[in-house]
Amino acid sequence: MFRYVIRRTGAAILTLVAASIVIFGFIHMIPGDPVYVMLGDGATPEQVAALRTRLGLDEPLVLQYLIWAGNALQGDLGQSVFFETPVTQVIADGAETSILLATMTMVWIVGFGIPVGVLAAIRQGRWIDQGLSGLAMLLASVPTFWVGLYLILIFAAGLGWFPSSGFPSIFDEGGLSNLRYLILPSIALAAPNAALILRLTRASMLDVAREDYVRTARAKGIKPYRVVTRHILRNALLAVVSAFGFTFAALISEAVVTETVFALPGVGRTVVQSILRRDYPVIQGVILVIVCLYLVINLLVDLSYRMLDPRVELE
Amino acid sequence: MTAPVLSVSDLVVSAGPKFDIVRGVSFDIAPGEILGLVGESGCGKSMTSLAAMGLLPSGIRVSGGSIQLNGTDIIRLAPHQRVQRGCGRMAMVFQEPMTSLNPVLRIGEQIQEAVRVHDRAASPPARARELLDMVRIPDATHQLRAYPHELSGGMRQRVMIAIALACRPAVLIADEPTTALDVTVQRQVLGLIRELCDSLDMGVLFITHDLGVVAQLADRVAVMYAGGLVETGDVVPLFAAPRHPYTAGLMACLPDPNSDDPMLATIPGSAPRPNEIKQGCPFAPRCSRVDDICRRGAVPITFNDSGQAARCHFPLTCEAPE
Repeated sequence: MFRYVIRRTGAAILTLVAASIVIFGFIHMIPGDPVYVMLGDGATPEQVAALRTRLGLDEPLVLQYLIWAGNALQGDLGQSVFFETPVTQVIADGAETSILLATMTMVWIVGFGIPVGVLAAIRQGRWIDQGLSGLAMLLASVPTFWVGLYLILIFAAGLGWFPSSGFPSIFDEGGLSNLRYLILPSIALAAPNAALILRLTRASMLDVAREDYVRTARAKGIKPYRVVTRHILRNALLAVVSAFGFTFAALISEAVVTETVFALPGVGRTVVQSILRRDYPVIQGVILVIVCLYLVINLLVDLSYRMLDPRVELE
Repeated sequence: MTAPVLSVSDLVVSAGPKFDIVRGVSFDIAPGEILGLVGESGCGKSMTSLAAMGLLPSGIRVSGGSIQLNGTDIIRLAPHQRVQRGCGRMAMVFQEPMTSLNPVLRIGEQIQEAVRVHDRAASPPARARELLDMVRIPDATHQLRAYPHELSGGMRQRVMIAIALACRPAVLIADEPTTALDVTVQRQVLGLIRELCDSLDMGVLFITHDLGVVAQLADRVAVMYAGGLVETGDVVPLFAAPRHPYTAGLMACLPDPNSDDPMLATIPGSAPRPNEIKQGCPFAPRCSRVDDICRRGAVPITFNDSGQAARCHFPLTCEAPE
């Protein structure tokens, strides 16, 4: 177990290095000089040259990368060109919103997708299964921004149950009740992913229900409810758990859209704005942090897999 | 003869309207007796056993007949309903030991689960150890902590038998329990089933397509063809002198080590599908003794002096088998 964690961590670090090179390289291939964007059209060549030097853009690309990577290792992701504050500060500012949004979204995905998938599976072919499967298909196919806009139209503008945009910190006035600002965005963000988890849970349950060992369990005379929870669901979740790694990746990209639709001060919206401003250090920094998160989450998924399935050997 | 512990009469199992896959099967099993149910793949033997267990897959249902366990009708009851009504003392061992155990639960948990349902007085861990000892699994305490993938096929089948015994069954159904095992392991498992049947006075329904296994193990034999029984009788006289032409044909197909003929015998043609069976004897198209009467109406059951029953107009007599 310990050796496995060490080996996986090593592999994760290599992936991270490769990813950092790709991130750095791609960002610098995007057309548009940040110096011109920052200084505006009226800048003199002297001003441009001075700013270039200050940002280190004169150095060869390889050297720029090494400096950036070296600083990143020490927790310094550079200065935002636009905000003129450290990138880590820019990320930290959006982190509260993004972390809370992601957590609430995962609560919807797990709390809705899995139980409803189980329900659809045990009522296979009945109207409730067909209704739920149809709903899942619909939710999985409509774009997040569309769901977001309609949620705003109905529940914020129409019924007035929830605020339509923005998010004051839970540490400000209002405290935890400020989480109501995140209810509609998290639902919009959860919808397509919960639908996928629902369909996956249902399909996996139906697969497992045909296994010989489920028949053995029934033959023992244990109650149908126990057959479902102890024998079918436990094995069906193996497939679902491994999907969570991918779900996380999907969440990140969809969060960018959702935060924009609901005007949330999260990391996703910061990235979009930074791309428009050619704020290289922020873009690079945020993507690097996301890659790290992704690697950690996939490591956790693999480890939990080992706990759920004794057949998986980690050595 | 003692009262039968399991009594199946006129069992009909259907997979749809006019699609009967088991057609009027009847047999009795006495305590301590092994009944071998023999037939080709697809003849309905597994469906008969699943119907008896109350485990028919969805879409397939019992549409007639009765199944009595110690005099109580248990037909159409799922195993957990039988437990609720206090008549759940029937257990089953399946063909595929590799897939019949839950891969994510320890052996001990899977046995204890059955103990908890059927044997409320027993301490589950102690009873589980006792059951592993009964099926001759060495080092029971250690093996209870093993996962199924850590055991061999033979060991897994022993665990399956232990799970079956956990409900102290009056009847054990074994559906080709040794087909997936090596020959040496096969012998051990067969020996174990015989021994447990004698020591626990269980009735055993042993399903197989292997005549050799039946000859070794069973007390009585029932031969099944195209969803119905064609012949039943005690094992020794039946093997010595089969009365139904199908039984005789099956035996002729066994390789004879003393024969010079390099070719194995076969029965020409193939068994009809359930929807192809019209009236008359389903074996008629392949039978060498067929006559017009065989293709019309129901075929009566005839008995000989030793009580060997055959559903045939022209049963073979003692000297007949070629």
